[in-house]
Parts: sequence; C-alpha cells; structure tokens
Amino acid sequence: MILFQAVNTPSPSPNPWIAALMIAAVILTSTAGEVLTAAAMKSIGDLDDIRAHSGLKGAIKAVLTCPLFFAGVSFLAIAFFALLFALNHLNLSLVGPAAASLTLVTNAIAGKFFLKENVDRRRWAAAILVCIGVYLLAH
Amino acid sequence: MAHHRLTLQQIGVLALVAICAPLGDACLSRGMRHLPAITLTHPLELVSAVFTPWIAFGILLLIGFFASYLTALSWADLTFVLPATALGNVIIVLLSHFWLREPISLARWAGVALITIGVSFVAQGPSRTEHVPKTSEIQSAANDEAAS
Repeated sequence: MILFQAVNTPSPSPNPWIAALMIAAVILTSTAGEVLTAAAMKSIGDLDDIRAHSGLKGAIKAVLTCPLFFAGVSFLAIAFFALLFALNHLNLSLVGPAAASLTLVTNAIAGKFFLKENVDRRRWAAAILVCIGVYLLAH
Repeated sequence: MAHHRLTLQQIGVLALVAICAPLGDACLSRGMRHLPAITLTHPLELVSAVFTPWIAFGILLLIGFFASYLTALSWADLTFVLPATALGNVIIVLLSHFWLREPISLARWAGVALITIGVSFVAQGPSRTEHVPKTSEIQSAANDEAAS
C-alpha cells in the first residue's frame, strides 16, 4: 500500500524500494530509541518523586547520569536525521503517516518483548486502531 | 511508585506531549520543503538545515515534547504513553477545522474517530505494568519466614 503510494506520488525518488528503505530506517531507529529511553526512565523511577525530593537539578542529574538514556537519545538522534533525510526526498504524505503509524505497532511489539510490558488485548486493539487512524489522518 | 489513576498534573504532562509533537513535526516539514534536495554525499547540509527559522522553532517544540515525554515515561508504560499522545493529531485536525475553517475529508474524520476510540481503550486500563512476584517466589518467601 505504502509502496504503491510512493510510485503514484510525484516524488523526487521514483524507486519504491529506496523509499521503503528510508521509511524502515526511520521506524527501526525510532523504535530502538523509544524502547531504550523508556527502559532508562523505568530504571530511574518516578521523576515527579525525584523532583519532590531533590528538586529539578536532582531530576535532571538522575536522567543525565543514566547510560541507557544516552543510548536511547543516540538512536532518537539518528531517527531524527533519517526523518529529515526522508522528508527531503519523499513526500510528507508518504513519510508522515507511514513512520507515525507503523512505529506504534513496532513499539507495541518491542514494549512486550523488551520492556516486558503487559500489552493486553486492549492495548493491541488501541495500537492497531491508532495506527490506522494516524494513517488516515495524515493523508 | 505506580499510579493507576492519573493526577491532573500527569494528564497535563500527557497533553503537552500530545500537542508539542505534531506542532513540532509540522514546523520541521514546512522548513524542509523550502530547502534544496540534500544528498548523502553532502550530509553536513542536514546540520546546517537545523539553523533555519522553521526548523529551529520545530526543534524547540520538540525539546518541550521530549522533556514531558521523559516525565510521562517515568510513571507510565511506553505502550500507554504512545497511543495516548496520538490524541495530539486529533486536536490539530479539530483546531484546523473549527478555528482555521479547513475542510476535513471523510477519511480524516474516520481517522479522528479511530484514534479517539483507540485512546479511550488505553485510558481505561492501568497506566503501568505491575510486575507481581510469581507464586513460587511468594511460596519460597513464606517458607523462609516460617523457617526463621
């Protein structure tokens, strides 16, 4: 579906495989970044509690001294530049919905397996509904 | 500490995540469309793009998004925060329709409906997974207590 869109839109990149590769790069790097960041924040604990005990400086220090956080941010930075690169070659109507919607599903899968989150039927349904919704909305 | 019921402050943090992210993305796309094509042979042009006004403003909004996103992740699951924040896209569509009088297609209204239903599913459940100890762990703890 997405690949057909890449062919039909007056995009500067006519090759659908390269378009798919660019979008896959955005999705994979942003999923890795979000999962690592979420793992970092879980290991740090409730930021509101930390801020109540040690103030804003304490909360910032807790985040900045966590190695997992930097791993997550590094992947998010790569995802950001991959998105800028993709937006420069492909239409926003292709990159926006594809990246935003598919990331929700890849995050639900990664959340279940890597973060051991309880992704029950309600959350699966929500991820899929929001995924389709974001796709429709961005078009 | 786990919070199953969100406080007003936590709902405010989720709202900030929801609004800053789509606005920031919109600024980025507007900025990038006004630049000439960037190739992999000149990757530094991507860095210089960061200093153009629309992209710089977009990045400021995304920094606000990231700070509130990190706060939300410290007390809620990733699979709770992401769908909940997708509501920001709905807010942008509703604003553009009722404030800027932009026409919204049927497909977009369907998207608004699906996201809203999806978010209501997530909002009904707990915001964080509780990792309860397994029965065997509880049993061994009870045995230890009995032995002492």
